[in-house]
Amino acid sequence: MERKTQTSEEKDIILCRCEEVTQKTIEEAIGKGGDTLDSVKRSTRAGMGLCQGRTCQRLVAKILRDKTGKPLEALTPPTSRPPFRPIKLDLLAQEGNKTAERK
Amino acid sequence: METELAIVGSGPAGLAAAIEAAKTGVKVTIIDENPRPGGQLFKQIHKFFGSEKHKAGIRGIDIGHELLEQCEKLNVQIFLRTEVWAVFDNGKALGLKHANNTTEKLNTRKLILATGAIENPLAFPGWTLPGVLGAGATQTLMNLHRVLPGQRVLMVGTGNVGLIVSYQLLQAGADVVAAIDILPQIGGWGVHASKIRRLGIPILTSHTIKEAFGNNEVKGAVIARVGQDNKVIPETERTLEIDTICIAVGLSPMAELAQSAGCQTIHIAELGGWTPMHNKRMETTIKGIYVAGDVCGVEEASTAMEEGKISGIAAAESLGYLQRGKAKELMKERQESLNALRAGPFATQSKLGKEKLIERFHKC
Repeated sequence: MERKTQTSEEKDIILCRCEEVTQKTIEEAIGKGGDTLDSVKRSTRAGMGLCQGRTCQRLVAKILRDKTGKPLEALTPPTSRPPFRPIKLDLLAQEGNKTAERK
Repeated sequence: METELAIVGSGPAGLAAAIEAAKTGVKVTIIDENPRPGGQLFKQIHKFFGSEKHKAGIRGIDIGHELLEQCEKLNVQIFLRTEVWAVFDNGKALGLKHANNTTEKLNTRKLILATGAIENPLAFPGWTLPGVLGAGATQTLMNLHRVLPGQRVLMVGTGNVGLIVSYQLLQAGADVVAAIDILPQIGGWGVHASKIRRLGIPILTSHTIKEAFGNNEVKGAVIARVGQDNKVIPETERTLEIDTICIAVGLSPMAELAQSAGCQTIHIAELGGWTPMHNKRMETTIKGIYVAGDVCGVEEASTAMEEGKISGIAAAESLGYLQRGKAKELMKERQESLNALRAGPFATQSKLGKEKLIERFHKC
C-alpha cells in the first residue's frame, strides 16, 4: 500500500481538536514554564473550545506529567465553569429579561 | 420550576437513584441531554455477569426498560434533550436548556449528579481522521442507531469494552482485523476474550498503534510491538488495511458539573481520573450534592445502580421522607450488595480506589 514515509516522531499532531492546538505547541508552553493545566490552557487555548477540554485534557495532563515529572495526582484540573454546553447568549439574555420583568 | 430532588443523568445510577427516592414520596426530576433515557444500558445487548440479585443473566437493554417502567409508575419527571449548562447556589439550582431552545432555572432542594464518564482519547498521527472513533461511540452507532461505521476494524484496547465491542462488530457484519493492547496481557475478562479468539480475531498484546493514514478517511494503520518500556521495537511495524479504528483505552469520570459546584475532586487512577470525593452516603464535600455511578469512579452498571440507590436513600432521608433508622437499614443492605460486587477479582482496583476516595473525604 502506498503512503508517505514520514515517521511518527517527525509529525506534529493536533491534541485539542476544537482549537487546533498541536502537541508541539503544548510542549513549548510547558518548556516556557507552564507547569499547571490551567497555565497551559491559558497560554495555548487547549481546552477552551466547544468541548471545554473533555477530549484533550487527559492528553495534555499526560504530557505535563512526562515533561515536569509531576504525578497526575499532583495536578489540579483546570477551573470548570459554565456554560457546560454551547448556549446562545441571546437565550440567556431572554431569560434575564423574563426574570427582570417578574421582579 | 421547582423540585425536591434533581438528578442529572438518566443512566443506571440516575434511574436507580430516582426510583429509591420517589418510592418514599420525594418529587424527583431527571435531566438528560440525550434523546433517550437509559444512558449506556440500551446499547448493552449482552447479558450481565455476577449473581442473580445483581441482575446477572439479564441484558442491559432489558434492565433499562425495567428501570424506566418503575420511574413511570412512580411519576418521576424526565426531561430529555435537556442540557444542564450551569449549577448555581451550591447545587440548589440548575440552568437548563430544553430541546425547543428555551432556557429555564430549576430550583431543587437536593441534587444527585449521575453524569457518567467519557471515553479516553489516544493521540497518534492520523487520530483526527474520520474513521477513528471511540469503541463506546461505535457501540452506540451500531446498537442504537443501527449504523455500522466501517467494514474492516482495528480495535485498540482489550479491556471489556474493546472485547465486547469487537464481538458485536462481528455480529453486525464487520471484520475485526485485530485487537491490540500495549500491555503484555489482555485487559478484560477471559470469557469475552475467548469468545472473539474462537471466532478468529487475533489479540496482539504488547502492541501499539503507530499511526493511521489516508487522505480524507482512514485507509490503514501501522501497528508495532512494544518493549517493556512501552516503546516501539524497530522493525516490528506492520501495516493493516482497514477503514475503522476503535479506541477502547478506558473512561474518565465526567465531573465538571461537580467541580464547578465546588465539590472537591481528587485524581485516583484506579477510578479513571479526577473524581469528586464522597462519603458512604454518596454525599460530596458540598452538603446536599450527591454523586453516583461512573462520575465518581468508572465501574460497572451493576455498581452504578447500587450507588444510585444509596444516593437516592440518602437524599430521601435528608429531605425527611425516611426515618433515620429505616434509611440506615436500607443503606446497609445496599452497601453489602456493593461490597459483594467489589469482592470479585476484577474489581480489586476499583475497590482500592473507592477506599482511597472515601478516606480522603473524611480527611478534608
